[in-house]
Amino acid sequence: MTGTSSTVRSGTARITTLAFTIGALVAAVVIAVLVSLAASHQPDGLEYVAEATGFEDAAVESAAAGSPLADYAVAGIDDPILSNVVVGFLGCAVVFLIGIGVGAIVRRRAASRS
Amino acid sequence: MHVPDGFLDLPTSTATGVVAAGAIGLAVWRSRTEAVDDRRAPMIGIVATVIFAGQMVNFPVGAGTSGHLLGATLAALLVGPWTAVLVLSVVLIVQALLFADGGITALGTNITLMGVVGVAVGWLVARAVIALLPKRRWALLVAGGVGALLSVPAAAAVFSLLFAIGGQAPVELGAVLAAMVGWHAIIGVGEAAITVAILAAVLATRPDLVYAARFIQPATTSPTEVVARPEVAA
Repeated sequence: MTGTSSTVRSGTARITTLAFTIGALVAAVVIAVLVSLAASHQPDGLEYVAEATGFEDAAVESAAAGSPLADYAVAGIDDPILSNVVVGFLGCAVVFLIGIGVGAIVRRRAASRS
Repeated sequence: MHVPDGFLDLPTSTATGVVAAGAIGLAVWRSRTEAVDDRRAPMIGIVATVIFAGQMVNFPVGAGTSGHLLGATLAALLVGPWTAVLVLSVVLIVQALLFADGGITALGTNITLMGVVGVAVGWLVARAVIALLPKRRWALLVAGGVGALLSVPAAAAVFSLLFAIGGQAPVELGAVLAAMVGWHAIIGVGEAAITVAILAAVLATRPDLVYAARFIQPATTSPTEVVARPEVAA
């Protein structure tokens, strides 16, 4: 088991690392792009409590409210389904790439220690 | 539970910002021991992406209220608690900056609540449950479920305390605390269900990638079991 091989060590692994990675990412994109279309649009727990107990008016607009993707809608795309598809895909891609970057930083730190 | 800007005053937001920055710094340091195997599978990216996707799906919890996955307990069990702080921080930062989901001055608050309190409570409760149960795979699922269930109202309770300290509206602590914990206990049931489902899926396919699996006995390999082919390095 040398560093260049990502051999599955445990006999309990049932799928390869590549299959696992692709499967997990495809599942995430399907959830973000399609399943989220069925998401509830009711206020979430915090918003509901803020309304019920009377502090919802304290909220101010985020400095990022002008983002072309603010509130999970793409500026300039009127079709809500297409907008959701773009938002879900872009969000997953950005989060995954940053996650890869964080993983590389942590791994390099781990390697430099040994 | 993404806190918008304006709910908490500047001193409180600054304090939670310092807590969040400190937690991230500590997590980068401590996650070295957890994420050393990240080259085997890019788990930080995978878990962050799955949690981001899960957080897009609000589920109704009654009375015109909804909740969504937090993912802190799930991340802690899959990649370890320190790495989980980093995973949640990635998700929350992208949500705040790109999607204006959760405020900018409230980013430290959101990382503190979901990334630090959620992970700490979910992980510690899960560890306690694992310690009490037989060291079998199902014990991880029970531990994940109970940890997830409690992590959501715990984060809600800490928000209520922060609001009592630096809330920008004169609302009684008792009223906010009771409502926040009550509703988020119900949301916690959904959190537990999603956490157990995803944990079970990973344990069924790649138990070797589950950080918390080190606390249970390795499953005995049956002769009929399909062993994944070793991959050839690119």
